Amino acid sequence: MWKKAILRPAAVLLLFAVPLLIKSNYLLSILIVIGLYTIIVQGLGILMGYAGQVSFGHAAFFGLGGYTVAILTTRFHWPTVLALPAAALLPGVIAAIIGRPTLKLRELYLALATLGFGILVHIAFTEGKELTGGPSGITGIPYLSIGGLTFDSDIKFFYLVWITLFLILAGINNLVRSRVGRALRAISESEHAAENAGIDTAKLKLQAFIFSALLAGLAGGLYAFYVTFISPSPFGFHASVQFVLMAVIGGLGTFWGPLLGAAVVVTLGEFLRWAVPLVIPGAGGEYQIIFFGLILVLLMIFRPEGLGALGKCLKLSPEKMPGTGIPSKDI
Amino acid sequence: MIKKTNLAVLLALLFAASILISGCASGQDAAGKDTPGEEPYKIGAVLDISGKASSLGMPERDTLLMLADQLNASGGINGHPVDLIILDNKSDETEAVLAVKTLIEKDVLAVLGCSSSGPSMAMIDTVQKEKVPMISLAAASSIVEPVKDRQWVFKTAQSDIVTVNKIIGYLKEQGITKVAFLYMNNAYGDGGKKAFAAAARENGIEVVAEEKFDASDKDMTPQLTRVKASPAQAAVVWAIPPSASILTRNFRDIGLSIPLIHSHGVGNQKFIDLAQDAADGVILPIGKLTVADQIPDSDPQKKVLEGYINDYSKKYNAPPNSFGGYAWDAFNLLVSAIEKAGPDRAAIRDQLEKTRGFIGVSGVFNMSPQDHNGLDEDSMVLVQIQDGKWKLLE
Repeated sequence: MWKKAILRPAAVLLLFAVPLLIKSNYLLSILIVIGLYTIIVQGLGILMGYAGQVSFGHAAFFGLGGYTVAILTTRFHWPTVLALPAAALLPGVIAAIIGRPTLKLRELYLALATLGFGILVHIAFTEGKELTGGPSGITGIPYLSIGGLTFDSDIKFFYLVWITLFLILAGINNLVRSRVGRALRAISESEHAAENAGIDTAKLKLQAFIFSALLAGLAGGLYAFYVTFISPSPFGFHASVQFVLMAVIGGLGTFWGPLLGAAVVVTLGEFLRWAVPLVIPGAGGEYQIIFFGLILVLLMIFRPEGLGALGKCLKLSPEKMPGTGIPSKDI
Repeated sequence: MIKKTNLAVLLALLFAASILISGCASGQDAAGKDTPGEEPYKIGAVLDISGKASSLGMPERDTLLMLADQLNASGGINGHPVDLIILDNKSDETEAVLAVKTLIEKDVLAVLGCSSSGPSMAMIDTVQKEKVPMISLAAASSIVEPVKDRQWVFKTAQSDIVTVNKIIGYLKEQGITKVAFLYMNNAYGDGGKKAFAAAARENGIEVVAEEKFDASDKDMTPQLTRVKASPAQAAVVWAIPPSASILTRNFRDIGLSIPLIHSHGVGNQKFIDLAQDAADGVILPIGKLTVADQIPDSDPQKKVLEGYINDYSKKYNAPPNSFGGYAWDAFNLLVSAIEKAGPDRAAIRDQLEKTRGFIGVSGVFNMSPQDHNGLDEDSMVLVQIQDGKWKLLE
């Protein structure tokens, strides 16, 4: 235990020293993107890993958050500090509304319903005329400023995103160890058994859904403040699949899984951008996608429980290795 | 089981290595080619080489590679070879932001790209903040307007307004005052609609029917039926193939006989191939590249156009298209600015803004502090499709 007490703050400190060590806006922006995706995948991880529900519509919540910020600040001239909580709230409210009927669906049907929702929202962004700027999007989103501090550089934004992320991580750490966390895990194991044990599964699933939508919306709001331009294209079906991918690669139901998943997907993409042209001169992104797919297939064959489970394998003897998808108590 | 664990460790190491290498890559230089003498000038480009806009990005990449080779073979800029770094943004806005940041860290003098409007817009905030000149190859006029927020951004593709003015000029000449406007429901069609509506209002032309369709639609008969019922004297369409081709076939099928005017979005062979006979009679504004052989020798662009067509066809065994032309213009505009300004970002920006009478593939560029595109209606010509071929009108 004492090890953990030192290791974790040390890891956090190291991370916060990063901008001082590397004076590269490129590396910082990669870390910012990883942080933003991790926030989304954290929520998705709760929904998928603990409550056992798949969502192919989280890019829509991500986009709703982004558009909330863009519209409130450029069209209605709200203070940016108020627009950010609104970016989390609106997707949460929408999730509450659509969650009630859709979460009655199970497994594949729920996945299909969320997929449909994602496409609907994407169409709404494209068709929103003056409000959403249509397919051309919205430009001129101001920088976020909180009490005189304006987040106008990569370093400031890095701290904003990662401090937010650590607060969320701490919250989730407590959540999964609580009664609610155990109840959620029971649902992912067997919904019927959980119901028989007296768990209100419908209510819990809805809460997990709303929570994940809130996080995705928050990440979307931060994204809009970071890029200061928004259009419908980053919020399509492809993005939803990418988030699910990150959650699965990282390892469902593991604490560090979402962070690992987002980090691996983003850095692998950046790495292949450099590495592939070295192997095949003149190769474009299409080759990168092939390599990417290949690595993913290998990973899923040899490590179906995701990278988040790696730590356990190193610590435990092979015989004691946990089976697929069972979240470990010891994080 | 043990084997599995080893593999897991291996994978973990692989990822750690990948992070390290991609980290180092940004600190490293791609090292100036083995050209002796002066230190190379670095130029960056972010293009949509893969993803949905790859048909734009690929000819642009090919053109840039060809031009950089030619330039270096002939001694570079004032004796300095050019080190051209091209990155793919996969037609994605977030990737474009990351790509432009890595280029800026590599100390490029300027950035060319992106190929399409969304990723170009996404890069603007970064280049404005870092004070790096950027020349976009995309169409949307909002990339360079308002100029006061786009000090560092230029572009070589004609803005929608240039094409619109060409069409409005033709309509007025023909005495047409009532038109139907049909457009594709994406950034391209949307931009065209806004520009056309504004210009039509100013010029006393009434839009009596406005219809839209999706890029993936397979039948536009309902929209065209409403056009037929309207008093329109001509139809103006803002779309690209395949939907533009389908619309053209539907247009002939339901027996509409008013003139059909398309945008420059159909200015490629694919449009004619898909629309077949229905394409005959279609009028459209187009860059001079497509009809270079029909342009009179007196045209100032004639020599540049023929030179580009010859070089490109010789190297890639295919004729160039207007997208490659945007890249040609961007590269050469930048090179001539660096020649005069030297390796200094701010000086290059000022020099780009002072560009006057630069003869390019897309037109003759006259930049100014108010206009960072620098092209006017003369950069385009009207053509009519006859027997599946482009015929110069006028």
